[in-house]
Amino acid sequence: MFPTPIEKTPRSWQLTYQSLLPIALIMWLLPLIAVAVFSVKPAVDFTQGNYWGLPSSFEMFNNYGQVFFNSDMPRYMLNSVLITVPTVIGAVALSCLAGFALGVYKFKSNIWIFFMFVAGNFVPFQILMVPVRDLTLDMGLYNTKTGLVLFHVAFQTGFCTLFMRNFIRALPYELIEAARVEGIAEWKIFWYVVIPLMKPAIAALSVLIFTFIWNDYFWAVVLTQGPESQPVTAGITSFNAQFRAAYHLMSAGSIVAALPPVLMFFLMQRHFIAGLTLGAVK
Amino acid sequence: MTALDPTNTPAPSQRSWYKRNEIAVTPWLFLAPAILFFAFYVIWPIYQSIAISFYDWDGLGDATFVGMANYAELMEDSAFEVSLWNNLKWLLLYLLAIPGGLFIALFLNQTVTGIRIYKSLFFFPFVLSQVVVGLVFSWFYLPNEGLLNGVLGLVGLGPVNVLGDPTLATYGIIAAGLWPQTAYCMILYLTGLNAVDPEQIEAGRLDGAKGWRMLWFIIIPQLKPATFIAFVVTIIGALRSFDLISIMTNGGPFGQTRVLSFYMFEKALSEYGFRMGYGAAIAVILFLIMLIFIAYFLWSMWREEKGR
Repeated sequence: MFPTPIEKTPRSWQLTYQSLLPIALIMWLLPLIAVAVFSVKPAVDFTQGNYWGLPSSFEMFNNYGQVFFNSDMPRYMLNSVLITVPTVIGAVALSCLAGFALGVYKFKSNIWIFFMFVAGNFVPFQILMVPVRDLTLDMGLYNTKTGLVLFHVAFQTGFCTLFMRNFIRALPYELIEAARVEGIAEWKIFWYVVIPLMKPAIAALSVLIFTFIWNDYFWAVVLTQGPESQPVTAGITSFNAQFRAAYHLMSAGSIVAALPPVLMFFLMQRHFIAGLTLGAVK
Repeated sequence: MTALDPTNTPAPSQRSWYKRNEIAVTPWLFLAPAILFFAFYVIWPIYQSIAISFYDWDGLGDATFVGMANYAELMEDSAFEVSLWNNLKWLLLYLLAIPGGLFIALFLNQTVTGIRIYKSLFFFPFVLSQVVVGLVFSWFYLPNEGLLNGVLGLVGLGPVNVLGDPTLATYGIIAAGLWPQTAYCMILYLTGLNAVDPEQIEAGRLDGAKGWRMLWFIIIPQLKPATFIAFVVTIIGALRSFDLISIMTNGGPFGQTRVLSFYMFEKALSEYGFRMGYGAAIAVILFLIMLIFIAYFLWSMWREEKGR
């Protein structure tokens, strides 16, 4: 193990390390802690210039109540869920199929199709912006959740296929061959042999894509407007316009908006990290 | 899927066409939906964008072919030049996330009680949306009330208005972007460090390697896969930067924090007018820059595939 395990170091360094850890953490998360404190402060603290001191009264229920019952926030949150969940299902399903095809079969154009997905996944969004916006307008899907979902599914399929294909490549190929010798149809091999083995990959991708899509801002701004269909990342800007300079409410709103992916991460940490490392670093 | 399966009614003597060609046909059936979606929403639009960049078009009326005029105009456009330089700053400074992430990963790679919680809390910023990161940092930088100036005041340094200063603003935004990106690199390295071969470390120790030499000659070479992914995601992240700029400064002050991706958006969709052709031309330039990196990434992946 590197660096030298702390148990094998002098006592003095052990103590320094133990006390350094929380200090480093607090410094690292300082901006976030500040926002969390902001969100429980009363409005009067900001008008009186008490930005960084302790809250003069504890207004958590008031502030968050405002966010939930007196703004469009719940609407935006619901939109985000309705955009994110179908996208996750769609992208994971498509990439399971494509990943299986690219991971198991040997055919000439295999590597080129694979590279098409990889390259497409790295493309800057901006080169897609004008045509995709146009396409969505033409299909009558501008400013709908469906329009956003369809695009997200297509774009995320690139990354997901890269991930799934590499995962399937690492599975023992003998299993598939054995099934073929038994004369099992290919789609049955996919469904009964490969899919059960892919569960960890599916879990990892689902959490990861959930976070990516929930946090998407660019496409939300390009393809939607207004509270009927905008997700929370775009909604927070109009929320902030509504409560201009009301820092306590803006902070509470931001925390609410950030919460779902954060929860997802803490609940599914292992899968999340497996997904982030593209399965390449084990 | 059952519709594709003719095996339910097998004809033993003459096997169906599908059955005979099953191995050749199946991959294409499995690929079809993904390829269709991807071609429709990603590949085709790239071609269309390139085509639009040769036109003058407001997004509604008729487009007029103008040849290279959009690109010629870009050469004269000082805002474009600023954006290009800012992109370069982003690209270079964003790479600091890699050593930064490695440093934190080394710091946290211990087995004391509660270390798992520390690791996840250090990773935390990456899970936040860039919109939230942008908001948090713009309050952190507030000229009078911001925490940064509070801290600077303690050590006797004057108040700075980071986001209001044309020369500082871009660096301020990049610093905000580095926060989640460093967390990402850290997690890549933490998983990488788990896989480092303990025997090699022992062998190194016996040979008297320690500290920096150990890190440089034994650890870092073994972290190569993690470093590669860290490079890929950091470069892509730097060139894609849009959310933070849009939230924190909206391109200002005086357009000094624009980058190509933001300037393109501004030209094509915001109140500065619907110049789709001009916007597309900017996007094409950004795409060409990215293409250099994409080609390099694909080439490395291809070499690895060959090596297997």
